[in-house]
This record gives sequence, structure tokens and C-alpha cells, in this order.
Amino acid sequence: MKPKSENKINISKVMDLTTSYLFILPALVIFLLFGLYPFTQVFWLSVHNWDGIALSKVFVGLRNFIEIFSDGPWWNSMCHAAYIALLALIFQNALALILALLVDKDIRGGNIFRVIFYLPPVLSGIVVGLIWGWIYDGNYGLLNHWLGFLGLEHLARAWLSDPKTSLTCIAVIHMWKGFGWGFVILLAGLQGIPRALYEAAEVDGAGMWQKFVNVTIPMMIPVFVLVMIMTILGTMQIFDIIAATTNGGPGYATEVPVTRILASMQGASRFGYACTQAVVFGVILLIVSLTQLRISKKMKQV
Amino acid sequence: MRISSIYKIKNGLGKFVAYTILIFVALACIFPLFWMFGSALKTQSTVFSDFSLFPKHMHWENFTIAWTKAHFGMYFFNSVLYTVITVGGLVFFSTMAAFAFSRLDFPFKNALFLMFVCMMMIPLPGQFVALYVLLTKLHLVNTRIGYILPQIDAGQALAIFILKTFFDNIPRDLEDSARIDGCNKWGIYWHLAFPLAKPAIAVVIIFNCLAVWNEYLLAMLVFSDKSLMPLPRGLMVFQGTHMTEYALLMAGVSITVIPIILVYLVMQKYIISGITAGALKG
Repeated sequence: MKPKSENKINISKVMDLTTSYLFILPALVIFLLFGLYPFTQVFWLSVHNWDGIALSKVFVGLRNFIEIFSDGPWWNSMCHAAYIALLALIFQNALALILALLVDKDIRGGNIFRVIFYLPPVLSGIVVGLIWGWIYDGNYGLLNHWLGFLGLEHLARAWLSDPKTSLTCIAVIHMWKGFGWGFVILLAGLQGIPRALYEAAEVDGAGMWQKFVNVTIPMMIPVFVLVMIMTILGTMQIFDIIAATTNGGPGYATEVPVTRILASMQGASRFGYACTQAVVFGVILLIVSLTQLRISKKMKQV
Repeated sequence: MRISSIYKIKNGLGKFVAYTILIFVALACIFPLFWMFGSALKTQSTVFSDFSLFPKHMHWENFTIAWTKAHFGMYFFNSVLYTVITVGGLVFFSTMAAFAFSRLDFPFKNALFLMFVCMMMIPLPGQFVALYVLLTKLHLVNTRIGYILPQIDAGQALAIFILKTFFDNIPRDLEDSARIDGCNKWGIYWHLAFPLAKPAIAVVIIFNCLAVWNEYLLAMLVFSDKSLMPLPRGLMVFQGTHMTEYALLMAGVSITVIPIILVYLVMQKYIISGITAGALKG
């Protein structure tokens, strides 16, 4: 009698657990197969040489990682992405901050501006690249047309196929697409500052500038750190805009890490080395985001 | 008296400068889009000479040509299909998982949840190399399912995280009363948790719709067959083969962009509040 009822309890318990697991099963299977497995596979492949077709992969240890140190085009591509990130950090974020400060001053139509500024970030990089590619076009581009209109024909050029200007032009497209995002975050940060703090500063006789330096900036530091790090992480992974405009050219002038990884994989059929680049790139990005955590923690302590 | 009037002028001047800057930047934001749309209405010959924003003769037939002959109608259908299936699957799988992580008890629950969260935090943009290898092994290259499943994975970790936080805040009493009414786990999930989570689900839907509609890299790796390609991939194929047909290209770009702009304008409140809440909390 007794063992039977225990059995029943066990069966219902097992049934109970099974239904619980059924809830997470679809998400878990997709995650294990298309998330975790490729993730581990990247590390596994990075210590092998493999052309993507052969049945066997050749174990090469850390040789790929030694090779990457002297891979000029790879580090150049990293520098290109860092250059765009630097321009975005300075100009895109400065513009975003100025606009956020202006709208925060209880300006009429603030929401309309917010809607317009956030429009470029919702568009795809491909679309943005194709539209801007034509504006920059050497023969029929709008930019050269306007320069001619202003009597500055001598400045006209094929902006994206001139190695001197191509990378900066791409940075301009990227910043056009990105500043609205920074604006929205910074504005939310500004509006989260308790108005009482400003009133208290006013009672103490603080002017506009003093309020900005002594109230706004210290309160905004965590948001600044967040926006800066997200800008760096987002910019370093830039690809769509480049695919739609220069595709890395002219020469190697606008190569970025993602285009280099693709070149190793599709161009050179070196899947192992492409994964080595992916690992190195991931570690660099991880260091950036860990630095952010460190800095924002320290800021909170202060 | 005097001081206050000086202050007023200064304030008025300040406002003038502020509006000038804001309006200038706003125009810079929308101008390229008008330029795109205007160019889509020009002919193959006027598109290179006519620099007006709104051409005198609107060639609406460009859109029909782009839709039929340049296959943008087909790409559009594919994009809609991928977006609906990916986001639909994502919503069901991630609400179910989030509900389990929040409301049910089973061994390894926390470890599994931690695994999802960790993968969300670790950046590995080059993962597409190994993903492509896997899709080849599974014979999913150049198939719709091979494009959909990886994108469900790409969105679900964050979705589960958002939804779990939401489910955690549903009061126990509600769940208990549903149980007394005879609801089992599925009933509680379907009749109680899912409807209550609508605001969080809306955020998940909007952001993943944008992400899937705009996706390019995976589409480039997966598809070689035109009939399977979504819009951004189709645009690049068209640009590669018809380099100089700018009016048609811009019509294709417009077809890609207009649905997104409409969705954005309708949903902008949720999109902007979602992005700020996500960024400032996380």
C-alpha cells in the first residue's frame, strides 16, 4: 500500500518538473544550439587551421594568436574603428549633450525634436549608407553640387573613393545615425536630476554656469560613462554603413574589424584565423566594458 | 525694472539661438530622407541633373517598377515574413522561459538563468563565423529557418531578462487566486501572466521588429537565393547589379524605410521610453 502511494507522488512530481522544464525548453534549445555552441566553437576554431571545407582541422595551438600580432591590416582596421569611435565620442556626444541641454530648458516642441532626432537611429545602416553614398558621390553627388553652388568647386571630390576623406566621411554618416540615441539617453538623465537641487543652488546664489558645473555635471557622470562606453562598443562593431558605401575600400582605407573577419572567412577561407580575430576583438571589447563597470562603481563611491 | 527687461531680452535671444540650433539639426536629420524620396520620383536622366527636392514631374511608376521588376515586392514579403515569425516565436518562447524563471521551481533554475544573462553581457561580434559553420553543418544555409532561428536567439536573452523582472513584480495573491480557480501552470501563464505582461511584451516586440527588419550581416551570410532575401540584402544585390539606376534604387530604399518610419511615428512614445528605461537601469 505504502510504496504504491509513494510511487504516485513520485510520478506526479516528475510530471510537475517536466512541465516546468517544458516552459524553458524552446528558448533553451535555441540558445544552446545557436548561442552557446557557436560561442564555444569560436574559441575551439581559433586554435586550428581550417579552410571551411576539409573534414579535418589542423591544430596549431597559439600560432594564429602569434600571427595576429604582426597582422598589419588587422590592427589598421582596429585603428580605423578607433578613429571613428574617437570622432563619435567627441563630436556626436558633444552635439547630443548640447541638444539635450537645450531641450531640457522647457522648450516648446521638445517632444517633436526628440522624435525627429531619434529617427536616424531606427533606420538600417544599409539604407543610411545607400542614401549618404549618393550624397557623397563624385559625379552626381549633392555635396559636390552644393560646393559648386557656393563657389567651392576646388573642394569637390569623390568623397568616399578618396582615401584621404573616405574614413572621415563614414564617421560623419555614423555620427548622423547615432547622435539621436545619445541625445535621448542624456535628456532622460538630465530630466532625472531632482529640480530641488537646482533650487537649492539658486538659494546659495549660483548662476547658470555654476549650476551646470556643480549640479548637472556631477549628477550626470554615470550617464556620461554609460553613453561613452555604449558609443565605443557600438562604433567598434560598425559594419552595415561600410558594407553599403565603401566595403572597406579604397584599398584598405575603411576596413574595420568586422570586414577583416569577413575577409579572413570568405575571402581567404581561413575560418580558424577568422575566429582568432573574433576572439581578440571580443577580448578588447570586454576590456572596454569592464573598464566601464570599474569607473562607474568608483564614481558611485565618490 | 531695468534688470528684468535686460534679462528678458537675453532670454529671448537665448531662446532664438536655441531654436535655431534645434531646427537646423532637425532639418539635417530629415533632409536625407526627403532627398531619398524625391530622387525616387525622378527619371533615370533627370536624377543626375535635377537637384530639386520635389521634382516637377513625379514619376510614381518608379515604385511599381521597383516593386515588380526589381523584385522589391518579393523582398518586402520576405522581410515581413521573417519579422513576424522571428518576433512571434521570440515572444512566446521568451515569455514562457521568463515565466518559468520567475514563477516556477526546478533544479538548476538559477544556473540556467545566469547562463542566459552572462551570454548577453559578453560581446563576441565575430560569433557569426562559427554560426555560419554550424548552419552549413545543419544544411540550413540558404533556408528561411536558418535565418529565423539565430535571430530568435539573438533577441531572446534580453527579452527573457526584461520579462522576468516584470513577472517578478506580479503579486503572489493573483497567482494564488488563479490556482484556487483551478488553473494549472499553463493556465496561469496563459490567462494571467501573459496578459499582464503586455507592456513589457510591447517593448520586446518593437525593438526586435526594428532589429530584424534592419538586419543585414546574417542575411548576407545565409542567403544566396534572391527569392529568400529580405529587403536590406535585396537592396545590396540591386545596387551591385544596377549600379547606376539611382531612381529605382531610391524607390527600393523608400520601400524599405517607409514602413519603419510609420511604425516609429505610431510607437515613438514606447520606443523612446523603452530605450531610456533599458539604458538607464542596465
